[in-house]
Amino acid sequence: MESDPLEGAAEISQPRVIEPGYTISTVTDKISSIVLGQRQRPGWFLGFGVSFLLLMMLLYAVTVLFAIGVGIWGVNIPVGWGFAIVNFVWWIGIGHAGTLISAILLLLHQKWRTSINRTAEAMTIFAVLCAGMFPVLHLGRPWLAYWLFPYPNTMWYWPQFRSPLVWDVFAVSTYLTVSLLFWFVGLIPDLATLRDRARTRAKQIVYGFLAMGWRGSAVHWKRYEMTSLLLAGLATPLVISVHTVVSFDFATAIVPGWHTTIFPPYFVAGAIYSGFAMVLCLAIPLRKFYRLEDFITTRHLDNMGKIMLATGLIVAYGYMMEAFMAFYSADIYERYVTLNRMAGPYAAVYWCLIAFNVVVPQALWSRRVRTTVPALFTLALIINCGMWLERFVIVVISLHRDFMPSIWRMYAPTRWDWMTLFGSIGLFLTLLYLFIRYLPMISIFEMRSLVTETEGERR
Amino acid sequence: MQAESKTFLDFESIAAKLKHNGARHLWRSVEELACTPEYEAFLHDEFPNDPAKEPKAAKQGLNRREVLKLMAASAALSGLTACTKLPTEKIVPYVRAPEEVIPGKPLFYATSMVDRGVAIGLLVESHMGRPTKVEGNPDHPGSLGASNIFCQASLLTLWDPDRSQVVLHEGRISDWPAFLAMTADLRGNLESTKGAGLRILTETTSSPTFAAQMRSLLERFPNAKWYTHEPCGNYAEHQGARLAFGRNVNSVFRFDRAAVVVSLDCDFLDDGAASVRYTRDFANWRGIETPRAQMNRLYVVESTPSITGAMADHRLPIRCGEIEIFARTLGAALGLPLRSASSAVPDQWLRALVRDLQNHRESSLIVAGASQAPAVHALAHAMNATLGNAGQTVVYTDAIELSPENDSLPELVKEIEAGQVSTLFILGSNPVFTAPADLQFAQQLLKVPLRIHCGLYDDETAELCHWHVPQAHFLESWSDARAYDGTVGIVQPLIAPLYHGRSLHELLALLTGDIGKSDHDLVRDHWKSQHSQPSAELFENFWDKTLHDGVMAATALPPLSPKLGLDYSGLPNPPALNQQAIEVVFRPDPTIGDGRWANNAWLQELPKPLTKITWDNVVALSPATAWRLGLTTGDVANLNIGGWRASGPVWALPGQADNSATITLGYGRRRAGHVGTGIGLNGYLLRTSSAPAIGSGLQIEKTGKTYLMAATQIHHPIERNNQQVEEESENAFARDLVRIATLEEFRKNLQFAKESEEEVATGLSLYQPFRYTGYAWGMSIDLSRCTGCEACVIACYAENNIAVVGKYEVMAGRDMQWIRVDNYFRGGLENPETYFQPVPCMHCEQAPCELVCPVGATLHSSEGLNEMVYNRCVGTRYCSNNCPYKVRRFNFKLYSDWVTPSLYGLRNPDVTVRSRGVMEKCTYCVQRINEAKINAEKENRLVRDGEIQTACQQACPAQAIIFGNINDSNSRVSKLKRQTRDYSLLAELNTRPRTTYLAKLRNPNPEISAI
Repeated sequence: MESDPLEGAAEISQPRVIEPGYTISTVTDKISSIVLGQRQRPGWFLGFGVSFLLLMMLLYAVTVLFAIGVGIWGVNIPVGWGFAIVNFVWWIGIGHAGTLISAILLLLHQKWRTSINRTAEAMTIFAVLCAGMFPVLHLGRPWLAYWLFPYPNTMWYWPQFRSPLVWDVFAVSTYLTVSLLFWFVGLIPDLATLRDRARTRAKQIVYGFLAMGWRGSAVHWKRYEMTSLLLAGLATPLVISVHTVVSFDFATAIVPGWHTTIFPPYFVAGAIYSGFAMVLCLAIPLRKFYRLEDFITTRHLDNMGKIMLATGLIVAYGYMMEAFMAFYSADIYERYVTLNRMAGPYAAVYWCLIAFNVVVPQALWSRRVRTTVPALFTLALIINCGMWLERFVIVVISLHRDFMPSIWRMYAPTRWDWMTLFGSIGLFLTLLYLFIRYLPMISIFEMRSLVTETEGERR
Repeated sequence: MQAESKTFLDFESIAAKLKHNGARHLWRSVEELACTPEYEAFLHDEFPNDPAKEPKAAKQGLNRREVLKLMAASAALSGLTACTKLPTEKIVPYVRAPEEVIPGKPLFYATSMVDRGVAIGLLVESHMGRPTKVEGNPDHPGSLGASNIFCQASLLTLWDPDRSQVVLHEGRISDWPAFLAMTADLRGNLESTKGAGLRILTETTSSPTFAAQMRSLLERFPNAKWYTHEPCGNYAEHQGARLAFGRNVNSVFRFDRAAVVVSLDCDFLDDGAASVRYTRDFANWRGIETPRAQMNRLYVVESTPSITGAMADHRLPIRCGEIEIFARTLGAALGLPLRSASSAVPDQWLRALVRDLQNHRESSLIVAGASQAPAVHALAHAMNATLGNAGQTVVYTDAIELSPENDSLPELVKEIEAGQVSTLFILGSNPVFTAPADLQFAQQLLKVPLRIHCGLYDDETAELCHWHVPQAHFLESWSDARAYDGTVGIVQPLIAPLYHGRSLHELLALLTGDIGKSDHDLVRDHWKSQHSQPSAELFENFWDKTLHDGVMAATALPPLSPKLGLDYSGLPNPPALNQQAIEVVFRPDPTIGDGRWANNAWLQELPKPLTKITWDNVVALSPATAWRLGLTTGDVANLNIGGWRASGPVWALPGQADNSATITLGYGRRRAGHVGTGIGLNGYLLRTSSAPAIGSGLQIEKTGKTYLMAATQIHHPIERNNQQVEEESENAFARDLVRIATLEEFRKNLQFAKESEEEVATGLSLYQPFRYTGYAWGMSIDLSRCTGCEACVIACYAENNIAVVGKYEVMAGRDMQWIRVDNYFRGGLENPETYFQPVPCMHCEQAPCELVCPVGATLHSSEGLNEMVYNRCVGTRYCSNNCPYKVRRFNFKLYSDWVTPSLYGLRNPDVTVRSRGVMEKCTYCVQRINEAKINAEKENRLVRDGEIQTACQQACPAQAIIFGNINDSNSRVSKLKRQTRDYSLLAELNTRPRTTYLAKLRNPNPEISAI
């Protein structure tokens, strides 16, 4: 890899991506000890316990859902899609930051991504898993979800390819596959490190099995680099395409408030926005509890803050254009939907969304906010809530009052809706806790190369 | 089984027995022969070899091995059940098949349904002996092929599993022979006393057979008496006729001849069986096809909005109690010798009305409603007479009711109090629930030594009677009844009584001594005795023809010309009205009647036409009055009228007269069944025998509690330009969903309905347009004709096996009606114009739903139908989101009742019963289309126009819905779609709906519009 000529210049004014004083072996020790250490901290058990309880709540909610039907939720006619689709779009969006960090920033040679990309990629996979669950749960007959796949069968059934939901199936499943591969390939050298350092037989076998015979030879590294680049190239268009396809679910429908050409870019920007907010939400506690401030430095936080600010502005532009076009088009349905968002029964939700996603994040213009950890964490939480509200506004508020006033009705989530939402967060966190317990949350070998590079610079 | 307790076999006694019985007696074992107690026990034990009963186990408890053995065995057995075949149930084919029954082919039989003594003729579809659908009988003058919600819903009552199924004696299950034995004793006693103390309470009846039976009973027992009780009967009409003509007559209104109609609180388009025919005659004036055609004009003066009021060109909301004053004022203005009272009516309004009436002498009509005092009815007769309408637009005949004219329940109670009643037969009626509160009927009833009830349900009255006999449903029994014009129709059973019910004829026969005679014989013998045909053969022909047609030819009652002898000065003075006091008006509920339909879930879930609430009744107040009392929709109020109390939710109803509350009767049932028990407010608790229709001095008190109601359409009042209007309706009119013009505007601008439409771009689709070489089905709905009665909705329930979801699911927004009737208010909420719009699936040419289904479960047929494939649907609900008309309905839960066996019989075998998780919607009754196509193909012809009627079309009394082939330019539907009034809903979306609407026309009086 050639080093960026401008990088050195940037280094002068900006904090470092890794604090000085680390050698290759201390980096390896520090990161692998979290996984291989004999005793886990009590904090981990507490967090995992709470997440697991939430996961069990999800299991309960889903069991009742399968037994009784989607009628336990608040969905109705006209609001055929409720929390499930809101959550789906939200989770899919969250996943985007991982791919962006690992693929696009890799291709752009952004060194600072190294310490956060593993966690971000894991977050992508877990978020896509959470997201992928919802379209199945929300079906009237979830046991027939496989009918959305084209598979040869004696009944000559075939999906209806004009439907964006079929495109969704392909987009999301491709995304999950590529993300999973990318993540796993990136883990192989570190798994080999863990295999070599593991002290129990069981760990040696499991990590050894997963390391797939990695010996660290030059041939291995060459192939590894090639595969990474290829996968990064594959994943890059996915960052754009997945949420574009998801936005087609809405944009191709005729529902006022959905039928908008601005949706694809605006959804992608929103996805990256919420994704980075989620990465911050995870990275900030992790670096604190595992004392990784030296690896995930304020430079990282600052950069992520900037990306959030940029994508947040794109999203704000999207909101503005939506409202402008509604009036500029002189379409009474669009106009009504916009007015109804702003002054209808769900106006509070809309204005919360504007406050959370547009107003509050303007604080990110300040470098002090971007480098103050608690402020950034709070902002990230607010943006995550705001992005969830955005999907609520799009899905529910557009549907609840569309063309025929005679069938305008309200939507009210039930406790099962809430249980499924928080349950999915439980699933996400449970997977994340397992990840930080059993896999290196920061790429060891990439950090090692970073140590070498920074040492070289210093010399 | 060698336990110690077992006695040894006594071989000596066995030998003796063998010897005694000889060789003829067969024995299976020595034990049997010995007849030991063990053997006896073994014989009578259901599980003789049950290991759990082993004495060892009993002594020691189960040991570990046995527990494991039993567990293993149970596990194996429970596993086996999964692969066990269902138990064999033998079905045996007919040895001699009944004539004409072909499996899969329905048969139709003519019968009649009776509502408060007035019959409406029906044709009932029967699948293999199961009645599955009710239609109107085109040959019957009261139906002309159409029907109403009650006719359609009667089918569900037939199959209702809650109907009374056994004879009850003092609340315990008894049987018919026991009841027969009791009546035999009773008859003996009555013979000796000439029927002293025998009282028979019935509902209003017009059955000639029943009346003849009663006559012979009263001849036999001269001391017996016949009483009648009809909670929402037309007693005022009878008394009004007596006042006007000195005798009771039946008024047959000829709306087909009436160009100007004034309704004094008369809901002639909705209330009663005659409304079906009246709606047809009325609507024929409204759906005009050429600008030159004449329209009638309807003035309605009423306190509470009704569908008749919604059809009015001029509606005047005044308090129900003031209508009598209005009638006097109108009468005086028309020249009747009356003292003109001051009334709240604007003078110009009245003058314009009078001029309009006088310009239409002999073609105008004034009708008075059941809630009005007899004097109003008498005045209406007098006004019709001065205007020359008598004999023209109103034809008088003999009364068709054969039961006592007056509500004689108070008289009965007086007799009970005096101890003069020893035996009371209550036939069909439920007076414990429906009696006026002041009679304290339940307490009084208990004083009668012998109380016998016959009814469809084990209801409030049955509970208090010694004997209860299940009544046969009208689709299970024989009877006869007269239509609104007197035409006799035969009530013919479609099925043998499901629950051993008895008809009232059979019950009366027990008293008259015709024991063992079936209701069929009783009805037939009655007509045989009436018939002057010389030979039995001719009678057979006559009888067969009558049964086949459903009507007895030429039995309409001949017109009379009774002499008006109204003593104007002798008319009772109208009750003095306190302007600030709140009156309360009692009405039968628009969907569950006087309470007899309370257990009918179709009717409970049918939205009330004007409020769109389901499963409840309310205290309707005008928005202004509610505001003044500090109440709003949903607030629970305590009601008190003269010490009679109840409480219920308030509804601020646009168009309700100020200071007037309306309560619909029939709710608050205590023993209706699983569906109807314990819901709503019981209006009978406030109703007294002295004020059965209008009570005054209602006190309404806010309780601070609120009550959630399930409405299928939600209206929000908002303030605009200092006027209370309705938000959803405002938006609907802004979107041109309902297009309206007055007759004058229409004549000036024939294209008014199309003017507002945006031009849609054609040919811009990515997909090839569909081509239709054969049929192309389409529908036209005439908003000018539609009255909003919702018969279509119930017909759709019955035809398409639509599930009922219950109040809480309706509240969640999940009703399953495939066709809904939207209503919109235009103008201020004190007296808005009300418009109805039935909305079925539009079957769009470019259907948004078809594109978005990921599994191709909703498809375009070669004939342009938008079809649902239920077993392909996975339930994404994307199609519903993308449907701009929101006509799709989703099975959010398992709504169809797959469990109740009696409901299996109800279902239409041609339509799938939907399961959980699938989308459904209007199919244009595709099963009917296919049936007609098969028939046509067999005969090598095309389907004729009018051969296919959708269920909603067939039920519609106004003929507002027309269906047919739009590829045939001569079909009725094509002609209607070529009319200038034709428009598409949301045409600018370029969905190109197959269902289109004919714009609504109104015909207001220009003089009044100018005010």
